[in-house]
Amino acid sequence: MGLRSYVITRILLTIPTLLLLLTMVFLVMRVLPGDPVALHFEKKATPEQMEQMRSRLGLDKPLWAQYMDYLGGIVDIGYFLEHGYPNLGESMQTFEEVGGQIFSAFPATLELAVYSMIIAAGIGVVLGVISSKSYNSVLDHLIRGFGTVTYAVPIFLLGMIFQLIFGVYLRWLPTGLRLNPAVEPPACVTGLYTIDSLLEGNLFTFFESLKALLLPCLTLGLILSGMFIRMTRTNMLETLRLDFVTAARARGLKESTVTYSYALRNAFLPVLTMMGLQFAILLGGAILTETTFSWPGLGRYVVDRINFRDYTAIQGAIVMFGIFVTLVSLVVDILYAYVDPRIRL
Amino acid sequence: MTKVKIKRSILARLIPGLTSLTKRGPSGWMVILGIVIVSALVVMTAIAPWIRPHDPIKTAVGPIGDPPSSQFPMGTNHLGQDMLSRILCGGSIMLQVSTISVLVCFLVGVPLGLFSSYVGGVFDRACSLVIDSIYAFPGLVIAIAIAAMLGRGAVNMALSIAVVYIPSYFRIVRSQVLSIKELTYVEAARAVGAKWYTILFRYILPNVIPSIVVVATINFADAVLTAAGLTFIGLGVTVDVPDWGWDLTDGRALLPSGAWWVITFPGLMIILLALGFTLIGEGLSELLNPKLHR
Repeated sequence: MGLRSYVITRILLTIPTLLLLLTMVFLVMRVLPGDPVALHFEKKATPEQMEQMRSRLGLDKPLWAQYMDYLGGIVDIGYFLEHGYPNLGESMQTFEEVGGQIFSAFPATLELAVYSMIIAAGIGVVLGVISSKSYNSVLDHLIRGFGTVTYAVPIFLLGMIFQLIFGVYLRWLPTGLRLNPAVEPPACVTGLYTIDSLLEGNLFTFFESLKALLLPCLTLGLILSGMFIRMTRTNMLETLRLDFVTAARARGLKESTVTYSYALRNAFLPVLTMMGLQFAILLGGAILTETTFSWPGLGRYVVDRINFRDYTAIQGAIVMFGIFVTLVSLVVDILYAYVDPRIRL
Repeated sequence: MTKVKIKRSILARLIPGLTSLTKRGPSGWMVILGIVIVSALVVMTAIAPWIRPHDPIKTAVGPIGDPPSSQFPMGTNHLGQDMLSRILCGGSIMLQVSTISVLVCFLVGVPLGLFSSYVGGVFDRACSLVIDSIYAFPGLVIAIAIAAMLGRGAVNMALSIAVVYIPSYFRIVRSQVLSIKELTYVEAARAVGAKWYTILFRYILPNVIPSIVVVATINFADAVLTAAGLTFIGLGVTVDVPDWGWDLTDGRALLPSGAWWVITFPGLMIILLALGFTLIGEGLSELLNPKLHR
């Protein structure tokens, strides 16, 4: 199969996955016991008020009609083109468009996710290579121990410890928000403060946003690095034993060249696939990190909406998380097929 | 004959791992350390009502936000509650939630996996499709959605965590059954007219158990962390039960004043519990599949 037909098949396969995902979210939010409207008002509203809310949100219709409304809204291309985001209904709390609220919170999460992933993969690959090179030594055991501990640390505990050390005691870094409130945010082009401020040529804002990013990204990155350490180490150990590595050594190449340009290049492919899978875990972690650091992203939005018992907004945000993960895994698969032709066979 | 053989094969894989762990190198010691940590925490939680110095939910037993001292060895929180007593009693929610969620996963995931892979065909494909899409979704997000709908409480928390981990059980069982069911002894059982449920539960299941044990211990560790996470975002149990997750969440109130003790002690307990289970899981998985890890 050529690359193009692989890409097309893969994109077509995404459609049933997405449909299944949307259906599952609908089932959880509407069919599980628990009436969203009753939960929202916490028994503090009259039956008339509750009825009004139901009809306003279309919750008085039969389930299948609600399902069609819900799906119809999301795939409404006209709405999407007009607003730039899908129709996810309106909030039970503010009656604003949920899609719009999510759209404005999304760049914060994206920025956090991207930099955390870079940190996680960076730390993970470097430590994984060191660990495999010094197989079965004290250093190897230490690195593996570090990897195991990262699985067991609650992400928000690490965040709070960082806040305590670098924010409260040392006062080096801010403990929350994307930007110091005294600094004007850059004009929105991509929504990513680091990139927008560079586009403006405003280095001060760039460094301020970098300072705000450092602790949350380090928190999330460190927690996720364990998986990368293990993956890189296992793959490197396998690759370092292969004949072509021995051949490279026999030709008298420097050990660092053999390790990095020969072995790591080949061991890196599974790590790439792993990045796709890790993205889902990363998004889960982002919810906790955002709550810890008052980071105004999608995760923080979900938690806020949970506190207001705003079920339409929660549903919309979860749909967005799902779409995001599906698209990322699509991109990773295509990248993988591009790098490794065997996948396309 | 077959039965004896199978029994021996499970024993051959599981028992040496449990009886002569000390002779099995670092992986064996990992399992021992994990078992020691987890049992110590379970015992501590069980005897806590008799050894705690104060009532863990009584407020203002001491000054507010007092650092560790001889009277309050772990300090007090922002309600003036004794942290030591709260730490001693606080494990019960975590242990309950993780145990219930592992049980539910086991009771749903394993039979579903066995059945689906044994029957095959459309049923298997449909099951796999649904399970895979749950598997690909961020676990915490699913748990949040379900917990938000079910409301607060330990059982609801456990159920929402269970939904996240059922796919892991299903997948491991399914992949193993697919290879085991082609083996000659299963064919022999079928040839002598064994019923499908006899083949599944008596002949195939025992060979899958070791892998399930590994998944279950990892599930335990993840359930502890997920429960802490759900509590942190306000979907945990109600305030009047001491809980490490809740203490950790609550510790944020005193964070700006630099009170390290309010988050450190409950945090350490959660790490210990999760680490204990992780060590058991990783050690066992290395003992059972040495090739995978080396």
